[in-house]
Amino acid sequence: MPAPPTLERRRSLAERRWRALAASPRPVVYVGMGSCGLAAGAGEVHERVQAYLREREVDALVVSVGCIGPCYLEPLLDVQLPGRPRLSYSNMTAELADATLDALLAGEVPKRHLLGYLGNGAGGGDGGATAGGEAAAPSATLDAPRFADHPMLAPQVRIVLRNCGIIDPEMIDHYLARGGYRALEHCLATPPEDVIETVKLAGLRGRGGAGYPTWQKWRFCRDTEADQRYLICNADEGDPGAFMNRSLIEGDPHAVLEGMLIAGYAIGASHGYVYIRAEYPLAIKRLRTAIAAMRKLGLLGERILGSDFSFDITVKEGAGAFVCGEETALIASLEGRRGMPRTRPPFPAVSGLWGEPTIIDNVETLATLAAIVNDGAEQYASRGTETSRGTKTFSLVGKVRRTGLIEVPFGTTLRRVIDDIGGGVAKDFKAVQTGGPSGGCLGEEFLDTPIDYENLAAAGSIMGSGGLIVLDRDTCIVDTARYFLSFTQDESCGKCVPCRVGTGQLVGILEAICAGKAELADLDRLERLAGVVKRSSLCGLGQTAPNPVLSALKYFRDEFVEHIVDHRCRAAVCRDLVEYRIVPGKCTGCQRCVQVCPTGAITGPRAEAHNLDPEKCIKCRSCYEICRFDAIAGDAIVIHSGAGNGD
Amino acid sequence: MAADPWAGILRGLHGDRSDLVPALQRAQAALGYLPPEAVRRIARRLKLTESEVFGVATFYAQFRFTPPGRHRLRVCLGTACHVNGGVQMLETVERRLDVTAGGTTADGEYDLERVACLGCCAQAPVFTLDEAIYGQMSVLKLQGILDARAADA
Repeated sequence: MPAPPTLERRRSLAERRWRALAASPRPVVYVGMGSCGLAAGAGEVHERVQAYLREREVDALVVSVGCIGPCYLEPLLDVQLPGRPRLSYSNMTAELADATLDALLAGEVPKRHLLGYLGNGAGGGDGGATAGGEAAAPSATLDAPRFADHPMLAPQVRIVLRNCGIIDPEMIDHYLARGGYRALEHCLATPPEDVIETVKLAGLRGRGGAGYPTWQKWRFCRDTEADQRYLICNADEGDPGAFMNRSLIEGDPHAVLEGMLIAGYAIGASHGYVYIRAEYPLAIKRLRTAIAAMRKLGLLGERILGSDFSFDITVKEGAGAFVCGEETALIASLEGRRGMPRTRPPFPAVSGLWGEPTIIDNVETLATLAAIVNDGAEQYASRGTETSRGTKTFSLVGKVRRTGLIEVPFGTTLRRVIDDIGGGVAKDFKAVQTGGPSGGCLGEEFLDTPIDYENLAAAGSIMGSGGLIVLDRDTCIVDTARYFLSFTQDESCGKCVPCRVGTGQLVGILEAICAGKAELADLDRLERLAGVVKRSSLCGLGQTAPNPVLSALKYFRDEFVEHIVDHRCRAAVCRDLVEYRIVPGKCTGCQRCVQVCPTGAITGPRAEAHNLDPEKCIKCRSCYEICRFDAIAGDAIVIHSGAGNGD
Repeated sequence: MAADPWAGILRGLHGDRSDLVPALQRAQAALGYLPPEAVRRIARRLKLTESEVFGVATFYAQFRFTPPGRHRLRVCLGTACHVNGGVQMLETVERRLDVTAGGTTADGEYDLERVACLGCCAQAPVFTLDEAIYGQMSVLKLQGILDARAADA
């Protein structure tokens, strides 16, 4: 079925505009304005750039883009001068932006903070034309590396993240110019059954965590007799330490929305909801902008693109309940009730929202669909492992050198992700936490495990939605387990006693261990109780809540024992077991710590080693920070745990 | 705030239960919190009992039942923030402003909340002040920001 002329016309216009952007006779400045960029100060950089251009009367175009992934390099500033490629600069500040623009406009290529030139789609992937890409001859004349060869980007395969950081997420034209909504056109011209078959061939599994085959769920839904079916995009990304969905929606909302249209068509739904966390205001704004643009082009509403398919999308903001990531709780919340899970079956695919067949798919699952249709199911399935096909995005954070959002094929080892992409850990690797509060901590011995659903489960963790939190020797495993358990305790909806009361009991035991007030028999209690909570909770939250404790006990039992027997926290994290000390030989008596100590615990005259009164010390860390980062001595204050004099 | 915010809050609601959470969100956006009157009016409009409305409202962390402070401070305690000293950030704010998480300062200037994750994990530890997000915090940087604001006031 040929697309109605309006979309075709718009697409060729969009393509012309996209090419024109690459060959712009005016300078183009791109600022990465994702939430992580904003946290790093992109807002000030953006303001400064605009003021700069205004003051110097430079006729330039400023484009806000999403996050390309390496968040630790934020804020990112790209500059593309007429006839030259788009150059990317990292860790911008307002002052640095001035200097960089000065030099570039004067015809130089400043090397400071230069990441390289963008072209041919950063990080490989679909090889689509980046604005500023092939337009100009790159490295020969430029003496700059390709940004795509950056060690964090080079090993990635970017299918889901194909547009993030490249396009302006608020411009539907950018998405169209890069092949957007072609997959939808293709699907609308084929029977829905064929779309389901394509997704089956691709081997796509739900990216929300459980990894259920997407096509199978769809099949159940389609095969259930009903007048009305619903599609819900689950963007209630509540896992602490995971931000894949936020970044994806902020950077490429249309990829998710096109996926919703494809899924809606496949299952025969007429209405879709995006259930998104209220904590993601920018993502919500981008979705609303994108939906308005779709409506104008006839991509939503009655008889989409002249087909028989009618579909509309509503954005629903969550109200702050982690358990609403569970599908039956999410449905309860949409229906205006307390977000508490119910027993399954019936599964939502058979009886969901208002009792009608409902499919709940994760943001990333949906954003993958257009790429599967465009590139072909075989091509997609050719990546990954036997059981887990394609690619997965991860938020790589914690104590790794290069943090950010990445995408790799399934089967990539944890070592490759942490060492090659993440640049390794500065202070001895201890563990990597996967799967958030439902997952576990995996130590050194699992670094060569290829990442897929089955391997992570076999190791005692789970894939989860894609949070990878790297822990080093300064992270306490017991404290981390306590952290996750107190999170699930807070978020337990309270319906099942084992979860509501059991998580509280687990936290109590873990707190006692962290405080050095536990006995060895408590470890058995922990294990037994964890087993009860796992077996007797109704939903995934309770069933997986003990995983962080169980995996920690399994692989790091000696740390628990050390807390209990020696009252020592080797990471010097557990507050009741640590003491701040001044190392006399190292203290130069600079008095900075004396000035920042809020309780007057540190005393001593200038130029003489200071004293720290442990009775007055509240362990607030101020003196430690100022000594480490600001003082002449450097590391005269140590946080020490256990017997002896410390390191 | 308009003279009668209720017209805007209740506009377009027709006794459909699925409007409940959005109605509560609108009421809170307009009033800053959910006073008893909000629960009462929404219950009447949606043909629910007040206890049902209150039951739903108290389930979700977003809703508050006391007037908010003028500024909203949120300290992130997601996993990445936790392992990068988020707890110390929270305690610093508590100490400097003499307020505990979940409360409002005595002068009504700040609300302090702890949040499970703001999704800016690569910039951990993170806190937000109204719409501004601050990343890669340290106890001293955070104190500096609070002190500068106190000096401006």
